[in-house]
Amino acid sequence: MSWSQLFFYVFAVLAVIMSLMVVTRRKAIHSAIFLILAFICFAATYIVMNAELLAAIQVLVYAGGVVGLIIFVIMLVKAEEDEVRQTHGQWIIAAFIALILVVEVAFVFLGNLVQRTGNLAGKMAQAGGNTEAVGLVLYTKYLFPFEVASVLLLAAMIGAIVLAKYKLER
Amino acid sequence: MIPLSHIIIFSLIIFTIGMVGALSRRNVFIVLMSIELMLNAVNIALIGVSSAMGNLIGQVLAIFIITVAAGEAAVGLAIVVALYRNRLTVNVDAINLLKW
Repeated sequence: MSWSQLFFYVFAVLAVIMSLMVVTRRKAIHSAIFLILAFICFAATYIVMNAELLAAIQVLVYAGGVVGLIIFVIMLVKAEEDEVRQTHGQWIIAAFIALILVVEVAFVFLGNLVQRTGNLAGKMAQAGGNTEAVGLVLYTKYLFPFEVASVLLLAAMIGAIVLAKYKLER
Repeated sequence: MIPLSHIIIFSLIIFTIGMVGALSRRNVFIVLMSIELMLNAVNIALIGVSSAMGNLIGQVLAIFIITVAAGEAAVGLAIVVALYRNRLTVNVDAINLLKW
C-alpha cells in the first residue's frame, strides 16, 4: 500500500467518524464543530483524487463560509432544552432507506464496477496544473452554466436578505 | 491509486449518514448540516469518477454543486431566522403550518 492510499483511507475513516459525530451530537454547536473537521477530512481525500483546486475550495467555502454562517445563526437563536427528545418518528423511514443504501454498498463492493480508463494526471500536466485544467473546461465549454450559477447566487443572496429582514418598509 | 469502488463506498456511507441525520433529527440546524453532508457525498462520488475516467467534467460539476450548496445554506438559514422570529423554536416537529 502506497503512502497516498494510506492517506486516503486514514482520512476517509476520519471523515466517516466526524460525520457520525455530526448527526449524533446533542447540541447543534458541537455538530457544527465536527462538521468543520469532516469537511477538512473530505478536502484531504480530494487531494488524493487529483482535485487540488476543489480541496482548496472545500476548505474555503464549506469549512470557512457555510459552517461559519451556520454557527452565526446557531448563536442568534436560543438553545433548545436538553431534555427534549432528539429524534422523531421518521427514524423508521430513515432506517429503511439506510438499509437499501447498505445493500447498494454491498452491490458496489461485490459487483464489477467500471475500472479506471483514463489518466487524469497526464491531462492536467498538459494544461499546466489542476486549476488551469479545470479553468479551461469551466470557462469555455461550461461558460453558460457558470453564468447561470452566478445568477443563482445573486437570487439566493437577495432571497436571504428579504427573508431575514425584520420588517419590509412600505 | 485507490480503486473506484472504495471511493463510491465512502461516498455512499457519508450519504447514508447524512440521510439518516436529515430524516431523524429534530434540530433544524442538524438537519441543514446533514443536507450539506449529503451534497458532499455527491461531490466525493463525482470527483472519484472524474479521477477514474480521466476527464475533468466531474470536477466542474462539483464546483456547481458547491455553488448550489452555498446558496441553499444561505436561504435555509434565513428561513430558520424568520421561523424563529415567528414561532420561537428550532424544532422541526413544531414547524407544521403547511402540513395537511
